[in-house]
Amino acid sequence: MKRLLHAMLLGAAAAVALAVGAAAQVDYPAVLPGVQVRLPADHGSHPGFRTEWWYVTGWLDADDGSTLGFQVTFFRTRPDIPQGNPSAFAPRQLVIAHVALSDPSHGGLRHDQRIARASHGLAGAEPADTDVWIGDWRLHREGDRYLARLDASGFGLDLVLERTQPPMLNGEGGFSRKGRLPSSASYYYSVPQLRVSGTVRRDGSSLRVRGTAWLDHEWSTALLEREAGGWDWIGINLDDGSALMAFRMRDREGGKLWAAATLRRPGADPVHFAPEDVDFLAGRRWTSPHTGIEYPVAFQVRAGAVTVDLEPLMDDQESDSRLTTGAVYWEGAVQALQSGTPVGKGYLELTGYGAPLALPGSGP
Amino acid sequence: MRSTLAVVRTVALGRLREQPLRLVVTVLAVALGVALATAVYAINSGALSEFGLAARKLVGEADVVVRGARTGFDEDLFVRLLGDASVEEASPALEIELAPLGDHPPLAVLAVDPFRAAAVQRELVAGLGGELMALFRPASIALSAAAATELGVARGDEIQVRSGSGVQRLEVVQVLPAAAYPQRLGLMDIATAQWAFDRVGRINRIDLRLAGGVDVARFRTALEARLPPGVTTSGPAAERDRAANVTRAYRVNLNMLAMVALLTGAFLVFSTQALSVLRRRSSLALLRALGATRRQVEAALLAEGILLGAAGSAVGVLVGQAVAWLALARLGGDLGGGYLHAVAVVPRPEPTALLGFFLLGLVVTAAGAWVPAREAARAAPARALKAGDAEHAARRLRPAWPGLSLAALGAACALLPPVGGLPVFGYASVALLLFAGMLLVPATAAWLLGHVPGTRRAVVSVALAQLKGSAGQSAVSLAAIIVSFSLMVAMAIMVYSFRESFERWLGEVLPADLHMRVAQAADTAFWSAADQADIAALDGVRRVEFARQLSVYLEAGREPVQVIARRVSGESDFDGLPLVRGDLAAAPPGTARAWISEPVHDLYGLDVGHRFTLPLAGKAEMLTVAGIWRDYGRPGGAIVVDRDWYVATTGDGTASQGAIWLQPGARASDVEHAVRAEFPRGDALQVYTGGALKEMSLGYFDRAFAVTYLLEAVAVLIGLVGVSFAFGSQALARRAEFGMLRHVGMLRRQVVGMLAGEGVVLGLVGVLYGLVLGFLLSLVLVYVVNRQSFNWSIDLAVPWLQLGALSVVLVASAGVTAALSGRAATGTNALRAVREDW
Repeated sequence: MKRLLHAMLLGAAAAVALAVGAAAQVDYPAVLPGVQVRLPADHGSHPGFRTEWWYVTGWLDADDGSTLGFQVTFFRTRPDIPQGNPSAFAPRQLVIAHVALSDPSHGGLRHDQRIARASHGLAGAEPADTDVWIGDWRLHREGDRYLARLDASGFGLDLVLERTQPPMLNGEGGFSRKGRLPSSASYYYSVPQLRVSGTVRRDGSSLRVRGTAWLDHEWSTALLEREAGGWDWIGINLDDGSALMAFRMRDREGGKLWAAATLRRPGADPVHFAPEDVDFLAGRRWTSPHTGIEYPVAFQVRAGAVTVDLEPLMDDQESDSRLTTGAVYWEGAVQALQSGTPVGKGYLELTGYGAPLALPGSGP
Repeated sequence: MRSTLAVVRTVALGRLREQPLRLVVTVLAVALGVALATAVYAINSGALSEFGLAARKLVGEADVVVRGARTGFDEDLFVRLLGDASVEEASPALEIELAPLGDHPPLAVLAVDPFRAAAVQRELVAGLGGELMALFRPASIALSAAAATELGVARGDEIQVRSGSGVQRLEVVQVLPAAAYPQRLGLMDIATAQWAFDRVGRINRIDLRLAGGVDVARFRTALEARLPPGVTTSGPAAERDRAANVTRAYRVNLNMLAMVALLTGAFLVFSTQALSVLRRRSSLALLRALGATRRQVEAALLAEGILLGAAGSAVGVLVGQAVAWLALARLGGDLGGGYLHAVAVVPRPEPTALLGFFLLGLVVTAAGAWVPAREAARAAPARALKAGDAEHAARRLRPAWPGLSLAALGAACALLPPVGGLPVFGYASVALLLFAGMLLVPATAAWLLGHVPGTRRAVVSVALAQLKGSAGQSAVSLAAIIVSFSLMVAMAIMVYSFRESFERWLGEVLPADLHMRVAQAADTAFWSAADQADIAALDGVRRVEFARQLSVYLEAGREPVQVIARRVSGESDFDGLPLVRGDLAAAPPGTARAWISEPVHDLYGLDVGHRFTLPLAGKAEMLTVAGIWRDYGRPGGAIVVDRDWYVATTGDGTASQGAIWLQPGARASDVEHAVRAEFPRGDALQVYTGGALKEMSLGYFDRAFAVTYLLEAVAVLIGLVGVSFAFGSQALARRAEFGMLRHVGMLRRQVVGMLAGEGVVLGLVGVLYGLVLGFLLSLVLVYVVNRQSFNWSIDLAVPWLQLGALSVVLVASAGVTAALSGRAATGTNALRAVREDW
């Protein structure tokens, strides 16, 4: 689930026609139950759908002994623009990239972003296989490895992510429901337990890093129900090789609108949990000094019989993109604990705590 | 005398009590000059700062701006540049001019990829608000606040513009806040603009931001070498100066005219002060005799001048600022000159500039007062106390050699070339000749008066004798008339010459019965080949000629020239190309010929027979100059090429304008209606008869020169004031003489008649002198200042009737004011008047 975020910001793009009540210019395909995600064919982009993202999060141990969290996201969105414009500049597809480094020594989040129309080969998302790029920022797949290279302002990542487990389909065959309406759904698979190696550049010096990461690939046309006010999401690589994905859609009062989880033990088939089997219990709260927004930064998450406590790597992992995309959210590295003992590492995403989110495809 | 202050008080305050009205008028004269200079400056700087601000927002963070002709170049160049290691960010753009339907000026549009433009034109894109992507909506446009106001639309409204000969509707999806961009501008998505205005695959501008540490100058040089023909680069500074450069010559001219007005005002101060000092010689000498030092008297007189200057300058600065506000409200930032399109500029008073003009007025006035002050202070008291010494003093002003050498220097200056595109030496020449003219007045006046034949009529001969006897003083009063009259004559001749040439030119370039274009914005409004065939097939059309105008960069760093592709048949009835050199005959096979306008000749050094390359459609075409023609319509220069050759070379068969010759018996209005009926919103097409177009153009011309006419009127006014001063002070100074004349039996009527005669003779001499000097000055204005400022020639034409009428008015008013002052001066008791002298 995720990063609807940017997509929705960008949703502005897609929502433009809806907002003015004009007839939609583009006929987006629907996400249908019973249609299976097929790999490797589905590694590539699905340009017909409204939004799509490849989302990598992980923990890194640097050779200077420090611990870092990182996040690399590429979004693709298909704006609702008139068809038939022969101009190569016509914004048939937009690509947005976001990169962030959670660096406790820095005390906050370093982040940078790019947005471009997929034109003239300067930005794009390949349908054949995972390969998305904007300028020299690129994420692509080579067999069992993903390569991520993003040279941002003030920092940079150059990482190799090796698969140690097969991809994990979320929901039935990758059909992931997001709400009570069947139409509000996405196709969604994760690649957990990626083994990371490479370099991180910050303030001009380079660090060798190793670590573990998680990749999500998700595409859809209409994700959120109109009642939704935001969501909480986790993707945790447990130390025993298990993988846990869970999310909760909140209504405008903060209550549970929908929830789902996938837990996969090493070598076993994934287990899917229904909304009533998934709970997010908010713990400690932190108020952002930048925006004044209050976030629950610690959680107890239950998926069936499994319960984990989440503690953030650091409190201030807030992303403020109001100047460019209009959204403020919390997205950060968290540690998973059971009875106070560390059992895994992952990422937590919290959206809609400042103001309710408006999403494309969810109606006005 | 104990202190200088006491002397000042005695001299200056005494005079103020004596002649308050005269002082008020003198102050006003200074104020007039200062006000004009201030107003012109305030208007210009207001318009320019607005332009600078707008240009800064358009350049944004760009280090280099790559530009091509408006027709553009392949967008592939943008991709290649973005791949360059030195380039950090490249923003492709299409700059086009839209033609909104209805009575609106063309609308400049910058079509960009907002994501890339955000890295360059940050403030502009930020003005779109959160909705960068609103521009992706079909046929959408964002307008600057000024553009929305001019078009009378708000967010959500629709505007209609031309695309070819059809109509394109655009939805206004956003109106930028006024702070985002101060002028009229539209923002579009580059893909929308390419599609809607038939430019798919082409852009005409790329803004580059270079990587840190890249040597911008070296990068530009290397880049220029590999750009396609007709594509050039410029830096942020040049981009910012662009608007300023277009109007520079015009602005400098206005500033010069204002300076002339100021100088005239100052000269008026000089002549009043000189006369007043001469008249007060005896009282000043008395002060010296009572113990005031020479230095004290000099300081007192100088202080008097400075007081006058301070008062005049203060009033002038205030009035000037007020005039600037008024003029801008009524005429716009270019004072009707048509250079700056409808910019609403409100000049903020600039304290330093205002102080500067105040000081300028002060210094010039002080200088005018200083010369007579020095002279008066030098006089030996005993001698000055005697009557009749005034003339002795005035005689010192008579040597001719300084004036003659200045005149020679002025003539030499007129031969020098322009400096940085401005006629600096031309203006120097005008100033020097004017000054020389002033210096030579005493000598000439003496000579002229010496040659006036004698007469038997007592009144006239007494008047002549008086004038001859006081030639020096007469000369000083004359100089004031001469300066303003000669300037007026020079300006009148220049403007008249230009207007005559312009009118004749209009007749030559508009040979057809009907002239038409889709709209002024030829970028996006044009006729396709099919449209042209439709027009040609209309009833009543005997012959139709179409032309394509497009702008092309001939040289980096210069404004684009206009290329006009049209038929040049050699038939003078149809060509309408007023050649000054070369010929229209058909080109020898295998060579493409071009007819260049005078500005192209002046600016690019091209001449008949020269070969040059013209970048067209991405290729460099070799052309030979076949002729040079006169063009007042395109100051940046125009190049006429053969249309068949143009179409074969570029494949562009569209036409931006056309001319129709009617069949015998056909009515222009019928054909005009038929043309309009052919196209959607045909009412918005511009179709005019040759006569109507000529009339409109002359109307524009007169509006553009409205300021010049205003300055002329001011010069006349100052001249007349000068005349009345001169006679007034002389008459007062000669009360003793009148008394004596009355004693020896002259009637009061006769004395007044004598004075009127003096006035007429002086007026005649002044007018003759002013005519000659003014004619000489007009030669410099026409052949040097005009040519170097605007790079086009005009034919000298003298407005005999106007000059004659003005001369008569001036001479008559000299006589009348002289008579009036005579009446005032002879009103007192004759006996008392005689006594005053003893």
